[in-house]
Amino acid sequence: MNPMPMSETRTGERRRIVVAMSGGVDSSVAAALLVDQGHEVIGMMLRLWSEPGTGTSAPTNRCCTPDQMADARRVADRLGIPFYVVDAQQHFRQAIVQFFIREHEAGRTPNPCVECNRQIRFTYLLERAMALGADYLVTGHYARVSQVGGKYSLLQGLDSNKDQSYVLYTLRQDQLARVFFPIGDYAKPEVRDLARQYGLLVASKRESQDLCFLKDGDYRRFLRENSLQVQAAGPILDEDGHELGQHEGLAFYTIGQRKGLGIAAAEPLFVLRKDLERNALIVGPRTALGVRDLVATGVNWISGEVPAAPFLAQVKIRYKATALEATVWPIGADQARVRFAEPAFGVTSGQAAVFYDGEACLGGGLIANDQALEIMVEDDRSGEYAL
Amino acid sequence: MRSNTIYLDHGATTPVHPAVMEAMAPYWNEHFGNPSSHHHTGYNAARAVEEARETVADSLGTQPGSVIFTGCGSESNNLALRGVMLSARAAGKGEHLITSAIEHSAVLETARQLRDYYGFDLTILPVDKFGQVRIEDVEAALRPDTSLISVMAANNEVGTLQPWQEIGALARSRGIAYHTDAVQLVAMRRWRLDNEPIDLMTIAPHKFYGPKGIGILIRRSEIDLVPSQTGGGHEGGLRAGTLNVPLIVGAAEALRLAMVELDERRAHVLALRDQLMNRLTQAMPESVIITGHPTERLAHNASFAFRHISGNDLLMHLDMAGIAASSGSACSSGDPKPSAVLQALGLEPEWTKGGLRLTIGTQNTAADIDYTVGKLQEIVEALSTIEHSFSTAIH
Repeated sequence: MNPMPMSETRTGERRRIVVAMSGGVDSSVAAALLVDQGHEVIGMMLRLWSEPGTGTSAPTNRCCTPDQMADARRVADRLGIPFYVVDAQQHFRQAIVQFFIREHEAGRTPNPCVECNRQIRFTYLLERAMALGADYLVTGHYARVSQVGGKYSLLQGLDSNKDQSYVLYTLRQDQLARVFFPIGDYAKPEVRDLARQYGLLVASKRESQDLCFLKDGDYRRFLRENSLQVQAAGPILDEDGHELGQHEGLAFYTIGQRKGLGIAAAEPLFVLRKDLERNALIVGPRTALGVRDLVATGVNWISGEVPAAPFLAQVKIRYKATALEATVWPIGADQARVRFAEPAFGVTSGQAAVFYDGEACLGGGLIANDQALEIMVEDDRSGEYAL
Repeated sequence: MRSNTIYLDHGATTPVHPAVMEAMAPYWNEHFGNPSSHHHTGYNAARAVEEARETVADSLGTQPGSVIFTGCGSESNNLALRGVMLSARAAGKGEHLITSAIEHSAVLETARQLRDYYGFDLTILPVDKFGQVRIEDVEAALRPDTSLISVMAANNEVGTLQPWQEIGALARSRGIAYHTDAVQLVAMRRWRLDNEPIDLMTIAPHKFYGPKGIGILIRRSEIDLVPSQTGGGHEGGLRAGTLNVPLIVGAAEALRLAMVELDERRAHVLALRDQLMNRLTQAMPESVIITGHPTERLAHNASFAFRHISGNDLLMHLDMAGIAASSGSACSSGDPKPSAVLQALGLEPEWTKGGLRLTIGTQNTAADIDYTVGKLQEIVEALSTIEHSFSTAIH
């Protein structure tokens, strides 16, 4: 299904391909597969910024640790390919870590992997690969790229449990022409088997994590240390405005959260939304969590063309969420309104809403604050978006 | 990776000269004895070592008794610094030592350890914008309790020659021991060491077509050293460990050849080096500067700084182009720190991550230099475009 290997294998053309290697099993196997196909493969690792570890023991199982670099280098040696480290620490800190803090300050819950793919991996690293004379950049994501008549599509990985197209929805046609994902054609157990067949020692290693720049995985601690604004305590209110308690700062709570609210109530209470104007955390029963509509901003249409009419789609509102049936209205060049067929639970501003037609990822955008939806509904005098 | 690599990293190490390999050959399994053994197999090995010691001494104009074989240049530096200072302490002498900010880490880290773990007083001298230690600064740093000055003969990164003769003379006039790390300079000039004001000198034969794994420390017999590595009485009790006969033989042969072929080698690398420095700075006057001294520099060393470009990235692209070079801030972790040497030169931050050192060897050709200059132009242009568009594009 990948656009390149099949045609290339047919023509027998040898291409120069940069593989973004993390030291993990997926990117290692991706590199091995391409070497096997006879391509000139170059391993590259992005050095991303991470918090300095505490004490002398380096943080374990975080991004780009010396251990992971050593693993990636070992794999590259094993495959007989060159391996280089590209320093993107400054870019990453500016573009991703600051974004992460700002979004939390704005009451949203960002997905840094999406942003890193948009601003670092498929832009900066892609450019760096091209500057090295590469024809393609390859990563170890579980997704596929197909090409029909010069138009590229992004498809889910064949292993639906592992599909990572969600974090790739920002890819544009010009990027898809130069990027593909060999692992997307395999199921995870097959990838592990391939790693063993290729004699790659990484085969049993654990998965990498998001929030790779934290030294301990505790984003609340990180925010506390890096932003004064997120620490503004405020009221916890029910839907009718009754004060039920105090919160420690809106950023420390996520939509749908039940534990850790410090409120005794007859029925379980969930975080419904954040009211930034009043700095209030709104809680309520599970039934009130359901959301029918959302607005996505900064929308990317993978086809490069804004759909002319509303369409039915399956929409994922989190990386690991099940896709939900919905109607999607494109608004202007880069916004969309989504109405779910059934109430959706856990809709969180700052996360991505990604649109699918079956296995094809059509695009997506970032879920806007509730206020954006209210404004849009108010503005909708024509009733154009009403159902 | 490639068979046709253009190797421009002779400051890092050099290929072993065929004549050196030939000289070493009998000492792996024919004359394999332990020089400390009391039988003919051992005596043969011991004779080879003593002949090598004489060759080294003759090549440098000193006495065989001054030659200590060690395991590497770093070890020689360790032995010199720790040896002199621990000996000074044992003799109740002064506990102050002086070194410079641009020393090789084998000197700087040893000096810092002497300060931090042993409690010695350490002065680290600054350098001028060419990377040269000023004799006035040395003089100003002298104290009644100064026991050692260690200032290198030529800097490994930017190639600047140091005023080692003046520093040595000053030290001698005050009765202070002078050590110089001459790893980069030793094969670039002729030596009459017995007439020079040097008490201790570090040599690494792999920098001049000798083998790795062997170092030399020249020590005037008046200088007392406490050994760094204790054990048997090898090397006058100053460096314990079974003598590495083949490498000792190779080291001596490499040094002898370096002195025999000195003029020829020097003229060859100097011409190519000047060609490289001139061509590159003319081609990219906006984005590159020469680091170090324009004229008082090692004959084979061309060192540059590139604006807003990381030395690591340059190395990657050069490597893909089949060119082996090195960066002042070379770092395999991809976590480039600004070069301490370039910082010591007072360069602005926009330059200090972009150090590039190209060091010429006997086998390089004018065509190598042309190719390298052309490639560097392409690479710098490509990298600058990306960095520029990216640093303005983040949103």
